[in-house]
Amino acid sequence: MESEQIPVGELLVAPGRVSSLAKKSWGFALEAPKLPTLILLFVVFVAVFAPLLAPHDPESTVKPVQIFGPPVYSGGEWTTPLGTDFQGRDIFSRLIFGARTSLIIGLLGTVFAGAIGVSLGIISGYLGGFWDQVIMRVVDAKLALPSLVFGIFLAATFSPGLWTIILILVIVFWTRYARVIRGEVLSLRERDFVKLAEVNGVSAIRIMFKHILPNVTNTAMVLFSLTVGVSVILEASLSFLGVGVPPPTPTWGNMLAEARPTLISERWTLTVAPGLCIMLLVLAANLLGDWLRVRMDPQLRNR
Amino acid sequence: MQVFIIRRFFSSLVTLWILSMIIFALIRTSGNPAELLYDYPGARQEDIDRQTAAWGLDKSWPEQYGAFVWNIVRFDYGQSFQYGVDVRTLYFDRLPNSLQLAFFAFLVSVIIGIPLGIMSAVRVNTWWDSVGKLVALLGLSIPSFFVALLLVLVFGVKLEWFSFLGRGDSFWDLKHLTLPAFSLGWFFSGALLRVTRSSMLEVLGSEYIKLARLKGLPETTVIVKHAFKNAFIPVLTLAAVNLVVSINVAVVVEVVFSWPGIGRLLFDGLVNRDFPLVQGVVLMAGLMIVATNFVVDVLYGYLDPRIRITR
Repeated sequence: MESEQIPVGELLVAPGRVSSLAKKSWGFALEAPKLPTLILLFVVFVAVFAPLLAPHDPESTVKPVQIFGPPVYSGGEWTTPLGTDFQGRDIFSRLIFGARTSLIIGLLGTVFAGAIGVSLGIISGYLGGFWDQVIMRVVDAKLALPSLVFGIFLAATFSPGLWTIILILVIVFWTRYARVIRGEVLSLRERDFVKLAEVNGVSAIRIMFKHILPNVTNTAMVLFSLTVGVSVILEASLSFLGVGVPPPTPTWGNMLAEARPTLISERWTLTVAPGLCIMLLVLAANLLGDWLRVRMDPQLRNR
Repeated sequence: MQVFIIRRFFSSLVTLWILSMIIFALIRTSGNPAELLYDYPGARQEDIDRQTAAWGLDKSWPEQYGAFVWNIVRFDYGQSFQYGVDVRTLYFDRLPNSLQLAFFAFLVSVIIGIPLGIMSAVRVNTWWDSVGKLVALLGLSIPSFFVALLLVLVFGVKLEWFSFLGRGDSFWDLKHLTLPAFSLGWFFSGALLRVTRSSMLEVLGSEYIKLARLKGLPETTVIVKHAFKNAFIPVLTLAAVNLVVSINVAVVVEVVFSWPGIGRLLFDGLVNRDFPLVQGVVLMAGLMIVATNFVVDVLYGYLDPRIRITR
């Protein structure tokens, strides 16, 4: 399998192969639970086309601050359907742009954390010995702190900003991947195809990334989808505490933080709208994650 | 058994040691805290230098690390920038309030999580189970600050049933306690529900439950006396660990409800860039959780001899 070469004749049928692969993944996509997929696609759509969809600039005042525009249901105007916030900015537009920040941070943080966690997990599991000890002890130590507490500590240490938050998510969440992937690799390491490759003198690096990596991608995918939700929550929590993405950039978390002092005045849209958005996004990610977990694990599928 | 406890004790120490190194290294990347203290226009360089020397930050790294560890061991986290008081004093002043909140959150999570978990397992694949799954999912998916804000909006502002500012005076002051305890406990009830359900399912499938049923015992007796009694060890463990964790992760809830606990202390430290305070609270959280894990493992070692051998 190391020196697999595709004969010329087979290259000619390659397009057919591609289309069957496409068919497979399409079938896979159709199997996915509808509601969470739709929610996720919708959030992605909104995030991508935010400048086209938002009726106003999210960071500038559209109404006099004193008026504090009410939402449509209580006699507000359609130009600002959810009302304006304490600085006279349109809540609806801020929600739309907030989707962007939340998604970028949530996805990038989780992807980078996944890349680092999976790599270290494979190294730790395959090489064993000294590096395994070092990596796993660090994982243990990090897991001793709740992610929120550790995130707050990091936020206090670094100066705030979009990339800082992503970095924080990476530092907080790589251990989740590393621990699970290592466990997986420990059993893969004993399998025949790895032993065969070793006997054939394939280098350790090649074994790790050619033979082991493809076998842990399923697990990594499941972990990824389950971690997206948590990292969106962590980002929102940090922004809510005022150490996330600095204002005026809208994120759902800092919108909630700005809503807190105005809870007493009846402007509930200010609170409920961003909160619902966070909830729906996390819910969708968790539902998809649960589905993937069952789908990718044949042993769980029939339960 | 003694060997197991000693081994486990040393591995806890190693965990703490590495944690202290991670935190020490991260603090050093953030720059000199003395510059944070004198971070205003007109601050003089000699003040910064004097403070740097006073904190021993002009010494070499190994020396600094030694002092750092020695201070951790003595619970001495230096003086808070903003209050000018020992962090230790501040911390232990606030700890009872956090314990109180954590205790009631624990009650909430047990009241929601365990009965629903048992019903989901007993009536598996019925609507009980669906409700259980929904609660577990929502517990994990709704951020606690949103739960908190919603509760304030509905029960505090609109209906005016509960107070949502501060702690009140007595331990059982439910007017002040209910909303924060529910916001904090909500998150943990989801996890508790899942564990209760799976552990009950495992026990319900066993031979002695079948025997109890064959004997014609009433179903309630079977479930409560025979099944839950055996399923509750992992459930109780999780609930206890959650109790410790919730002391430390209540930050957001404490901020929303102006609850004078540790989380609020951490938040104040964060906002005012009070570095010794943040560091102290975080280190205490680490100590507390490592200690809890140690106790849990030792107890499990007593209960289940297999664990002693494999570790």
